[in-house]
Amino acid sequence: MAFKHLINYKKFLSLSAMLLLLGTNLVMAQAASSNSTATDTGNTSAQSAGMWTSVGYYTLLFVVICIAVAIIGKIFKVYDLTLQMQGKKGVNWNNVMATCFIIFLGAGLIGVYYSFSVQGGMIIGDAVSVHGKTLDSMFWTTFGITFVVFLITQILLFGFVFKYKGSDKRKAYYYPHNNTIEKIWTVAPAIVLTVLVVFGFLTWRKITNTVDAKGEPASLNIDVTGHQFAWELRYPGADGKLGKKNYKLVNGTNKLGVSYDDKNSFDDLQADTLVIPVNKSVRLNILAQDVIHSVYMPNFRVQINAVPGLPTYFKFTPTATTAEMRNKLDQPDFNYHLYCNKICGGSHYNMQKLVLVVTEAEYQQWLSQQKPYLTDQLKKELKLAENPLYKQTVLQTRLASIN
Amino acid sequence: MSTLSVHDHGVAHHDHDHEHHHNESFWTKYIFSQDHKMIARQFLITGIVMAVIAMILSILFRIQLAYPEKSFPLMETLLGRFAPGGRLDTNFYLSLVTIHGTIMVFFVLTAGLSGTFSNLLIPYQLGARDMASPFMNMLSYWLFFVASVIMMASFFVEKGPAGPGWTIYPPLSALPKAMPGSGMGMTLWLISMTLFVASQLMGGINYVSTILNMRTKGMDLWKMPLTIWAFFLTAILGILAFPVLVAGVVLLIFDRSFGTSFYLSDIVIQGQVMPMEGGSPILFQHLFWFLGHPEVYIVIMPALGISSEVIATNSRKPIFGYHAMVYSLIGITVLSFIVWGHHMFVTGMNPFLGGVFMITTLIIAVPSAVKTFNYLATLWRGNIQFTPAMLFAIGLVSFFISGGITGIFLGNAALDINLHDTYFVVAHFHLVMGSAAIFGMLAGVYHWFPKMFGRMMDEKLGYLHFWLTFIGAYLVFFPMHFMGLDGVPRRYYSFTEIESLKQWVSVNTFITWAAIFAALAQVAFLFNFFYSMFFGKKAPQNPWNSTTLEWTTPVEHIHGNWPGEIPTVYRWPYDYSKPGHDEDFIPQTVPFSQTLSSNLPHDFEDHASHDNHEWVNTQKSNEEVK
Repeated sequence: MAFKHLINYKKFLSLSAMLLLLGTNLVMAQAASSNSTATDTGNTSAQSAGMWTSVGYYTLLFVVICIAVAIIGKIFKVYDLTLQMQGKKGVNWNNVMATCFIIFLGAGLIGVYYSFSVQGGMIIGDAVSVHGKTLDSMFWTTFGITFVVFLITQILLFGFVFKYKGSDKRKAYYYPHNNTIEKIWTVAPAIVLTVLVVFGFLTWRKITNTVDAKGEPASLNIDVTGHQFAWELRYPGADGKLGKKNYKLVNGTNKLGVSYDDKNSFDDLQADTLVIPVNKSVRLNILAQDVIHSVYMPNFRVQINAVPGLPTYFKFTPTATTAEMRNKLDQPDFNYHLYCNKICGGSHYNMQKLVLVVTEAEYQQWLSQQKPYLTDQLKKELKLAENPLYKQTVLQTRLASIN
Repeated sequence: MSTLSVHDHGVAHHDHDHEHHHNESFWTKYIFSQDHKMIARQFLITGIVMAVIAMILSILFRIQLAYPEKSFPLMETLLGRFAPGGRLDTNFYLSLVTIHGTIMVFFVLTAGLSGTFSNLLIPYQLGARDMASPFMNMLSYWLFFVASVIMMASFFVEKGPAGPGWTIYPPLSALPKAMPGSGMGMTLWLISMTLFVASQLMGGINYVSTILNMRTKGMDLWKMPLTIWAFFLTAILGILAFPVLVAGVVLLIFDRSFGTSFYLSDIVIQGQVMPMEGGSPILFQHLFWFLGHPEVYIVIMPALGISSEVIATNSRKPIFGYHAMVYSLIGITVLSFIVWGHHMFVTGMNPFLGGVFMITTLIIAVPSAVKTFNYLATLWRGNIQFTPAMLFAIGLVSFFISGGITGIFLGNAALDINLHDTYFVVAHFHLVMGSAAIFGMLAGVYHWFPKMFGRMMDEKLGYLHFWLTFIGAYLVFFPMHFMGLDGVPRRYYSFTEIESLKQWVSVNTFITWAAIFAALAQVAFLFNFFYSMFFGKKAPQNPWNSTTLEWTTPVEHIHGNWPGEIPTVYRWPYDYSKPGHDEDFIPQTVPFSQTLSSNLPHDFEDHASHDNHEWVNTQKSNEEVK
């Protein structure tokens, strides 16, 4: 019986090997030819024929694998039955499974190590913002605690599973409860979590307090507006203040709906790149026009949603310029990015803005080259020449510059 | 009153004439059945079909992530206008993500899991003839079925199914102009979910009333198996949380179709100023997550209940700390209502509120940790029988640890700033509630298959299925943590556009292949399930030597479950390997008077009745004499 199967098995093996070889050749040839036809003549029927061949091949391959599994299963069964017929014990599946688990534990630990060393090496570098450094230290503390718990519990789980595998000779230990142990492992995580919570709560409160305190040097306010699928930037002019906005004023020339009833609006600047001076507190004034977006700059550990109708803020201080990072990482093309991190529609995956961190001098130079948001066309449209507020503001600025 | 009278009829009928046979037609037996066992099987098979669909959707978008630049002519053949030139349309990609999430969370892990096992086990394990309201139970299934059909129908509307993610945040979901997936597909999504919630409420009310009113003699609350405790608390969660989702959804329907602005304000879309004012998009998020967070416990608690039962049975040991297990379930239930804000730390919600939600969130980790430790203690010095169900239960514990631990990072508002909406979150919830819950469900299927279909599933195929799935799931989700730590956002169509994310394409290719292998491994399960249903080995009455009541019913299903009187319950459900007893299990129906050699003071701790006191006292005095 088993012998017969063995013959079948061999035959089957050679057959499947042949199929594999042949099929691969065929599909490769097809793929090559369909590629050439696609580029040369765009012959779609040849392409679809090629497609169906590969689909058929892969389906066949899967069926063959299934049959192989079925046959191996049958052989196992026959082997097991012959053992039993000869009065020996059959395969002890409890032992097999327990061994599999301990192998899994070993392989898993190696896999975890591999993953941490290879993929772990690909993760984002240290934070380049003041609050980000606190977050990083909190992250690594949390990681240290949880990783130890992870290792211990997984090792115990698979270790117990291996050690206490079923046997007819043994009876399990009747152990319904132990209040002392249970109290310990309720209180222990509670204490650890309390520490993390307190640490986290204080940090969180500090980060989210975005209003400049008295005596603190004023933050640089930058207006960031999200819409499908781009970010618009507006910098304050010489007065350091951003003018108000009103969504009802949005049109082709006034894309952000800046309100010119506010005299702070007249000198605001528009920009293509988010350029920020290093070591200076920056406060982003964030709003969305259509749907929810999210301002995400992982290098700075910055994220907050941009919500229509609800202004949000994020205050942070970058600590390294783009040039410094390029040197440090030895990547001449390194750049910081701001990208959208809240699903916002079809091109969500490509809603980004270049971020440049520069020295204060470079920043001032860059700022002086930026164009005013108030374009000539917009002036004409709003008939600002006759607007008393505008005239007055322009006059005051001129006087100030003369002085 | 009508349900009450139906119920009365049932009881009267069974008490007087057990052998009476219903003349059931095909329609009343298999389609519009009011029998809890049939309804459980209907939920299970519908759930499996939906799971397979959602899995195929995930493979489609995984292929896009692995090969963002490559065109697959087969895709165009299968999907037509949704994959022009053999590459997925960006909007259709988002639809795939949305429907995958919706189906998995609601249709598979809520209805498929709770629906199947609550229906099957509540009457069986409590000793009831059927559910409190069999008719409502039937309606519950059929509303679920209609909801599933409507959800799938959205693939056939012109602009495709809903696309704003399974959390459907407005304004994206409220403005049909914002994306194709906010058109007709979104309307169908909302209708489908409203029906789904109605189905869940009918089911939930039924479960709670059955558990509270229809337990057999002797089955007090502290003698209920942990499965029933889990289903009970899950049903309460569902009853309290799901209506809030309906409220949120109805307001969204108003915003979409009747020009209200509950969630909309200050909107300019494609250069056009919209008239809505005064609404708040954050309001929707509050309403959604008020359901959404309890929902993840609705998903995981039944799985934990099932694994408690399976682990105790197959370790041949009582579950360690039965009371602690129940109290931690209760703790999770209560706390789960006050943690929803941790999904909204960076949405612009008042940061102080975020701080408060962070405290409650990290508290909820304590009962979860207790449950994990208790599982480990149950395995300790057990006599572990590796049935396929046991393998899946062990897998669940492993996933629950791996996924639960990352929750401590995400629950911390400060750390969440950089991790929110990245692949770290994807990895976290796919392990802790996706994989863990699906493993709980599979453990349940393997364990109670003999009860459901009267036949055994093939063990070896079960082993194969487990190992391929277990390894596959880890290979898929473990690397995602590192993507998240690099700031890779979720719901991105491709990572080729942003410079710093390009390095992850190779990892994505690996993940996709792992996912394809894990998906193909499910063929082993599907074959095993459907083949064994008809051709499997005939099941014995109590294949796993289990103590609970369902195994005292005959293998052949009969209406009313027990041919004679419903058995009386005398003891808790976890008397495994009791010292002094010849067998390693004592069913709940065996009175203490028959097991004098093995009785322990522990057996009577819960019940301060007169007899027991007397027994404990005699024991004590006997010991003193010794």
